[in-house]
Amino acid sequence: MSVLRLFTGRAASAPVARERLQILLAHERSLRGQPDLLMQLREEILAVVSRHVLLDPDKVIVRMDRGKHVSTLEVDIELPNGADRAFASAG
Amino acid sequence: MTKVLVVTSGKGGVGKTTTTAAMGAALAQAGEKVVVVDFDVGLRNLDLVLGAERRVVFDLINVVHGVAKLPQALIRDKRLENLWLLPASQTKDKDALTEDGVGRVIHELRKTFDWVICDSPAGIERGAMLAMRYADEAIIVTNPEVSSVRDSDRIIGMLDSKTERAENGERVAKHILITRYDAGRAARGEMLSIEDVLEILATPLLGIVPESQDVLRASNVGCPVTLNSPASAPARAYHDAMRRLLGEEVEMQIPTERKGLMNLLLGRRAA
Ligand SMILES: Nc1ncnc2c1ncn2[C@@H]1O[C@H](COP(=O)(O)OP(=O)(O)OP(=O)(O)O)[C@@H](O)[C@H]1O
Ligand SMILES: [Mg+2]
Repeated sequence: MSVLRLFTGRAASAPVARERLQILLAHERSLRGQPDLLMQLREEILAVVSRHVLLDPDKVIVRMDRGKHVSTLEVDIELPNGADRAFASAG
Repeated sequence: MTKVLVVTSGKGGVGKTTTTAAMGAALAQAGEKVVVVDFDVGLRNLDLVLGAERRVVFDLINVVHGVAKLPQALIRDKRLENLWLLPASQTKDKDALTEDGVGRVIHELRKTFDWVICDSPAGIERGAMLAMRYADEAIIVTNPEVSSVRDSDRIIGMLDSKTERAENGERVAKHILITRYDAGRAARGEMLSIEDVLEILATPLLGIVPESQDVLRASNVGCPVTLNSPASAPARAYHDAMRRLLGEEVEMQIPTERKGLMNLLLGRRAA
């Protein structure tokens, strides 16, 4: 810690920048060369769900969040009203 | 043997054009025969930074399309007889450059010059791709700041996959050039340190160019900073970087301003 920082009382922001970059770039590098993984997942999920309910393709959101230890795949599908009944009759 | 060098970054406004002009002039002063090629189609600026804007008749696209022969489009620098410019055109048609066309021009330039320096446009689109396509070496201009470092990482990925060399299983020699470095802000922990940037990008360092008024002054008068104020901190940084590019071992240091007392009192220097 520099003397100056003792006076200003403000923590240095560079270490935060460094940490954020390291996590982000590890993620982005892992996706390189297969940049369409999410698109592909989305297409396939869309195809499966559409077999049972009518849905708006724009309302299907697939998101990947990569953390340090675990990653999460978030699938958000907005169904039009009445779709739950279609589910019940299909099942 | 000729080296084709691309000056690239991803992020805009980090200092690619400044670097192309300064390195081109420094190499020419060292006796190398250099051509700097402006790939920033529609937004040409290299002519302005080199003070050759009123001498542009034909440009890269004219040559690619066969409207002009290469020697008609090349502009020789008035101060350095070893330095030439191939300007970009001001037309905004992005598809005006083709991969084959650029390939042919670079092939021609290789016959005459020791260095072909390609000033890339910002972004990761077609223009940036064509600028790096035939490169043997790359200078990745990076500011010590998150978005610039992230974009540099993307560009490194492209250099390793989308260039002709990469497709032939060869490597493009990559160098990081840190520009607009502010020692004061780095010391206060407000700016990513050089170590941070190098560790994150895992690419060797070619030099550190400090933030300096001299760069602006040089571009105001249309003269590369290495020529306009050779003793200035950025000029010395570019000169060292040029020597490293030629394979010399030069101790890495961050050049600082040498201000006289009067300048300190006045707080600035006249151009
Ligand atoms: N070391 C420096 N110190 C101070 N100013 C600088 C330095 N390097 C570049 N600049 C200034 O930053 C601005 C952008 O520089 P330059 O045009 O070289 O960037 P660029 O990467 O080519 O931009 P673009 O992506 O738009 O092509 C210019 O005004 C230039 O004078
Ligand atoms: Mg530029």
